[in-house]
Amino acid sequence: MTRSTRTTRKTAAALAAAALTAMTLAGCGSGDGPGAAAPAGSAADLDAALEEGGELTYWTWTPSGEAQAEAFMEEYPNVTVTVVNAGTATEEYTKLQNAIKAGSGAPDVAQIEYYALQQFVLSESLLDLSGYGFGDLEDTYTASTWSAVTGGDAIYGLPQDSGPMVLLYNQEIFDQFGLAVPTTWDEYVAAGEKLHAADPTKYITNDAGDPGFAQPLIWQAGGRPYQTDGTTVTVNLQDEGTKLWADTWNQLLEPGLLADIPTWSDDWWKALSDGTVATIVSGAWMPGIMEGSVPDGAGKWRVAPLPSYDGSAITAENGGSAQSVIKQSENPALAAAFLRWLNSSEESVNVFLENGGFPSTTAQLNSPEFLAEAPEYFGGQQINQVLVDASKNVATGWQYLPYQVYANSVFPDTVGTAYTASSDLNAGLQAWQEQIVSYGDSQGFSVNK
Amino acid sequence: MAINRRIHPAARRGISVTRPRKSVAMTLLAALFLVYALVPIAWLVINSTKTQPDLFSTFGFSFGHSFALWDNVVATFTYDDGIFVRWLGNTLLYVGLGAGGATLLATLAGYGLAKFRFPGRSAYFAVVLGAVAVPGTALAVPTFLLFSQLGMTNTPWAIIVPSLISPFGLYLIWVYTVDSVPTELLEAARLDGAGELRTFFTISIRLLAPGIVTVALFAIVATWNNYFLPLIMLSDPDWYPLTVGLNQWSEQAAGVGAEPIFNLVVTGSLITIVPIVAIFLFLQRFWQSGLSAGSVKQ
Repeated sequence: MTRSTRTTRKTAAALAAAALTAMTLAGCGSGDGPGAAAPAGSAADLDAALEEGGELTYWTWTPSGEAQAEAFMEEYPNVTVTVVNAGTATEEYTKLQNAIKAGSGAPDVAQIEYYALQQFVLSESLLDLSGYGFGDLEDTYTASTWSAVTGGDAIYGLPQDSGPMVLLYNQEIFDQFGLAVPTTWDEYVAAGEKLHAADPTKYITNDAGDPGFAQPLIWQAGGRPYQTDGTTVTVNLQDEGTKLWADTWNQLLEPGLLADIPTWSDDWWKALSDGTVATIVSGAWMPGIMEGSVPDGAGKWRVAPLPSYDGSAITAENGGSAQSVIKQSENPALAAAFLRWLNSSEESVNVFLENGGFPSTTAQLNSPEFLAEAPEYFGGQQINQVLVDASKNVATGWQYLPYQVYANSVFPDTVGTAYTASSDLNAGLQAWQEQIVSYGDSQGFSVNK
Repeated sequence: MAINRRIHPAARRGISVTRPRKSVAMTLLAALFLVYALVPIAWLVINSTKTQPDLFSTFGFSFGHSFALWDNVVATFTYDDGIFVRWLGNTLLYVGLGAGGATLLATLAGYGLAKFRFPGRSAYFAVVLGAVAVPGTALAVPTFLLFSQLGMTNTPWAIIVPSLISPFGLYLIWVYTVDSVPTELLEAARLDGAGELRTFFTISIRLLAPGIVTVALFAIVATWNNYFLPLIMLSDPDWYPLTVGLNQWSEQAAGVGAEPIFNLVVTGSLITIVPIVAIFLFLQRFWQSGLSAGSVKQ
C-alpha cells in the first residue's frame, strides 16, 4: 500500500467517476428544473406504507447502518431492509451515478455527503420529500445541516450527522514541548514553528492536499467561492476569505511545517498513534473514530475549539452525510417512511450514537447526558460541550458546486501541485478555478458569465 | 536463430547453451530484480502477522509485539459475516468461467485461422492485431454503457462475458499452431477419414497443449487481477471479486465513520496471492515452453 499505488487507484477511480458523471450531467440544464415534481403525498401515506410493508435497499457505509436497519425491522416487521455497503463516499457516488444512468439497480435510500448532494439534486436523481410533510422536521436538526439538505422549498434528504470543526491536540506532545492551545491561526502557526524547530520529526499537523479539508477552512475564513442559481454558477477562488485561508496556510506549507502525509492513509493512522502529528483539525465526528481506531492515543488527546482569525468562536462544517430517497425507488412512500425513522427517531439516533457518531439532531446534542459524557480516552474531558458549542457557531451562507464531486477529483492536479512543491496555494487555487470553470461550461452550466 | 554448423569459438572454450558463461554483472542484475520482486511479498508476509496497533507502531520489516497471523486469517474469513469467502468464491467463478471460456474460444479461433483458408482471413488478422493493442481499461467505460443498455450491469455476466475475449490469446494460439501442428499431419488424418472436430480434439489439441496452458495462464492472471471492470460494473458487494472487495476494505479507513481494518486488508491480500502463486509454480514448465513458441524455425 505505497503512496504511488494509492495515487494510481485514486486516479483510476476519478477517471471512472469523471467519465460517468459527465454523461449523467450532460442531460441536465434542460427540461424541468430540479424539484419540479414534488410527489403528491402526505405524512399519512408514510404510516400506511409502513403498515403495508415491502422491501427496501439502503446503501450506506455508516458503521451503525446494519444495526439501525435491524432495529427498524423489529419495530416494523412487515418491512425488509437490505443494507448494502456499496463503497465509501466517491466510490459509492460513482456506483450510484452508474445505476441511475443504467436506469435500474439504484437503492431506495442512499447515504450522500452534504458536499455531493447538489450534484444528485441537479441530475434530478433525488425525491423531493416536502410532499410527505418533512418540512415539519426542520426544528429537529441544527440549522447548518438542515440548510445543507434543502433548496428553496424542496427537501432532498434528512441529515444523519454533522461535523462542526474542532481542534484535536495531543496533550502529551503539547506538555513536552511547552505549547499552549492556540486560539487563533497566528498562534497555531507559531506553535507549528516552535514544535518543528524543537523536534524536526514532529509536525503541528499533516496536510498533503485534501479538498474535503481545505474547503471547510475556506468556509471558516469567510470565503464563499461558489454561488449557484439554477444553472448559473459563479466561482471565485480568490475572494477575500479564500485568500485569507491560503495566505495563512502558506505560512505552514512553504517552510515545510506540514507533514506530507495524506489524511486517512495508513501512514496517517500511524502518525496519530506515534505522535508525529500534534493536532488534527477535523469534524466533531473525529473523536469517536479516534476512540475506536487509535487505541495508542488513549489518554493523550484533548479537544478544543477551532482556532479562528480574530479569536472568535466561528467554525465550519467538515463532512457529514444525509440520507436521500432515490427517484428510481419503486416504493417512495415506504422509502421516505424508513428515512424519517432512520434520521429522526430517538431509537435510531441512539444506535448511531452508540457507534461513536456525532448527531445532527438538536434533541441529542442538547441532552444533559450527552453533554456530561467524559470519555476516559480524552482524559475525562467533557468533550461534547466543546463539540456542541462548535455546532452552534457554524458560519452561514456556504454553498458547494453543483458538480463538487468532479471538482474535488481535480483538486490534486491543481492545488495539489502547490502542496507537492510547497509553493503558493493561491496559484494552485487559480489553476483549480480554471478547471472548474471549463468543466462547468462543458456540462451546460453558465460559469462566471 | 539458425544453428551454426561450424564450431563456434565459444563452444571450443567449453561454453555452450547448457553451460553458459557466468556473468557477474548479469547475476547482480538478476539478483537485484529478485530483491525487487520479493521485497513487497516479504513485507506482506511480515505484516500479516501484526495486529492493527502493531501495524501503526512498529517498523514495516520487523515483526510486531505479538504474532497474530492466525487471528488475522480467522478475522479475514469471518469479518462482516464472512464476506471475504464470498469474494473468493466470486473470483473463482469469474476465473473459471471467464478465463476458461477465453482459453477455449482463443484456442478454437486461433487454430481455425491458422489451418483453414477462407475469405476475410486477412481482415480478421488485422482486427485481432489491432485488438491486441487496445488495453482493456480503455474499453471499460464503453463496455459499461453497453451492458447498462442490456440491463446486465451488477450481474456476474457483466464480468464473465467481457473476460471471454482474449485477442492476445487468440494470436498466441495462431502463431503456435502454425509452428507446432504440421499441415501434413492434418492431411493424413483427413485421408484416414477423421472429421475436422475429431482431428482437432484427438490430434491438434495435444500438440497445442503448451500453448493452451500459456494462454490459460495469461487469462487466469488477467481475470484474477481484474479490477477496473468489476469496479464500475458492480455495485453489490455480494458480487465483488477479491480485488474490488479488498479495495473496499481499504477505503473503509477514510472519512466520517472510518473503521480502518488494515490488518485484514494486508492478510486478505496475502491470501489473495497464494492461489495465483501456486498456479504459477504448478504450470511453469508449460509456461516456459509456451513462451518460446515460434522463436525457433524448424
